Amino acid sequence: MDRTEAPTRDAATDLATLPDAAPPGTDAAPGGKPLGRLRIICSLVVISLYVLAAIIGPILLKYDSVATDLGARLKPPGTRLADGSLALFGTDQVGQDVLAQMLQGARVSITVGLATLLLAGVIGVAAGLAAGYRGGWLDAVLMRLADVQLTFPSILLAILIASILGPSVVNIVIVLAISNWVTFARVTRSQVLAIKERDFVDAARTLGARTWHLVSRTILPSAIAPILVVATVELGHVVLAEASLSFLGLGTPASTPSWGVTIANGRDYLSNAWWISTIPGIFLAILVISFGVLGDALRDRFDPRLRSM
Amino acid sequence: MTAYLTRRIVFALFVLCGAVTIVFLVLRLVPGDPAQLILGSDATAQEIATLRTQMGLDRSLFVQYGIYLGDVARFDFGDSYRYHRDAMTLVVDRLPATIQLAVAAMVIALILGIGLGVVAALRVNRLADRVVSVFALLSQSMPSFWIGIVLILVFARQLNLLASGGRGGLDRLILPAFTLALPVIAILIRLTRSGLLDVVHENYIQTARAKGLRERIVIFPHAIRNALIPIVTVAGIEFGKLLGGAVIVETVFAWPGAGRLLIDSISARDYNVVQAAILLIAGGFVLINLIVDVLYGYLDPRIRLGR
Repeated sequence: MDRTEAPTRDAATDLATLPDAAPPGTDAAPGGKPLGRLRIICSLVVISLYVLAAIIGPILLKYDSVATDLGARLKPPGTRLADGSLALFGTDQVGQDVLAQMLQGARVSITVGLATLLLAGVIGVAAGLAAGYRGGWLDAVLMRLADVQLTFPSILLAILIASILGPSVVNIVIVLAISNWVTFARVTRSQVLAIKERDFVDAARTLGARTWHLVSRTILPSAIAPILVVATVELGHVVLAEASLSFLGLGTPASTPSWGVTIANGRDYLSNAWWISTIPGIFLAILVISFGVLGDALRDRFDPRLRSM
Repeated sequence: MTAYLTRRIVFALFVLCGAVTIVFLVLRLVPGDPAQLILGSDATAQEIATLRTQMGLDRSLFVQYGIYLGDVARFDFGDSYRYHRDAMTLVVDRLPATIQLAVAAMVIALILGIGLGVVAALRVNRLADRVVSVFALLSQSMPSFWIGIVLILVFARQLNLLASGGRGGLDRLILPAFTLALPVIAILIRLTRSGLLDVVHENYIQTARAKGLRERIVIFPHAIRNALIPIVTVAGIEFGKLLGGAVIVETVFAWPGAGRLLIDSISARDYNVVQAAILLIAGGFVLINLIVDVLYGYLDPRIRLGR
């Protein structure tokens, strides 16, 4: 506390002269707009690089999950292997190239992330539309269900379901979608509640539009922007959750190793091969940070009210 | 207050029933026979049939649910087939280790989270604020199992300062507790920072300044007291989440808590222990949330009257 009390004098003037225009608590720097655009562009570039690596990488650097090369076990990053190829990020305990494994892992992790979001988004948006538009008992049931699920640690639910279903790529998508639909449902519902009273919806209804037309053509398009913002923020969380489950042995199977699997494998070789666990973790963190930054920037730009979601 | 209290208790019971039902449904309705699941693929049809009768699986789902509720009410989850002991007792035995880890993590998170949050708010938009914000972003985005591994690598393997696994003295507690605390630290930093910046524009702070109080007095008892109210709630909720996060951290650091027992039991298909562990952790989570709600209603009367 000593350190914080010493500079109180000028710090307090800082607080007092804080411009009222900038809402307190946001990380927007003075002249926040260009910085916001910079944040969006930078994070998009990083994410695109990952997607590109996931698509092209495994074609250039073949990865075979059952191949072993004991002569090339646990070689440090930058080693030139016997067959002349360069192991940029080293090799693992069975002589697999860590970079090749990571490129394959990028494919798995990003695919799982996108598929999960799609499934969670479809379930959540449908539930949110139904709850918000119909109201009444359906709204009450769906939202109480959402409350219950939010009060229950989602990792426990995921562990429970994953342990029963067993490790596979499809199962992990189901598990993560079940633990993530709530956010989508809540955002969609709050949007629908606000939009359904608007004049253009009434106008369409007066013209004789049916429920399906009202929901799909007038209400949903107006609600889509905040849903996409939430999806971006959630994508980072999903990739992280997938890695955690895979690390526990409940995610993707060893034949399709995601980053979590690779990190878990390297745990037994920490003292003589630090790179197996460390390097995939750094790249995982960079991707998650990029999604976080992109989501925050999009939200500040399009819908600051979503901050509380 | 009584009406508010009743409402919160009813909701907590509701959530608890929900958790119990979810666990029941997940274990019974998934594709595959629980008896087959427990015995493994090389069990004979005779063994499976016997276990099915033992578990009551040959009766209707409603009867099973009734029996199950009765068992839950008596904390009877059957025996662990691995240890041949009562499943609930096994989990309860491991609970002190998990609670110790969660409490240590919470203490670290409160000290570092609020401390760094105050620093960031006092130096808003300066270098210190930026550094703290980046730290918060990093600690929220990095997977905790990976941070644990890196900390083991640096502090245990390279520097030989702290122990890397197991439960024991303070040197074994620091690394797992810090790893578990990191995401909470990030949340508390953001909350403290924005809370202080909000409060500083309130009239009573201007009054304090106008009275000629020294700035240190204005910030420390005056501003921080109101900024702390939301922190109480969030800290409470996060403490509950620590119980879930502990599952991963306990696995990384070989910490002998309830979370690690849960993961071990899953790989051993010891489903009685799995049920007991999940329901006990969920129960703890619900209880902590209830306490936080009550505490919050007490601290801020607007909450209990508002609804």
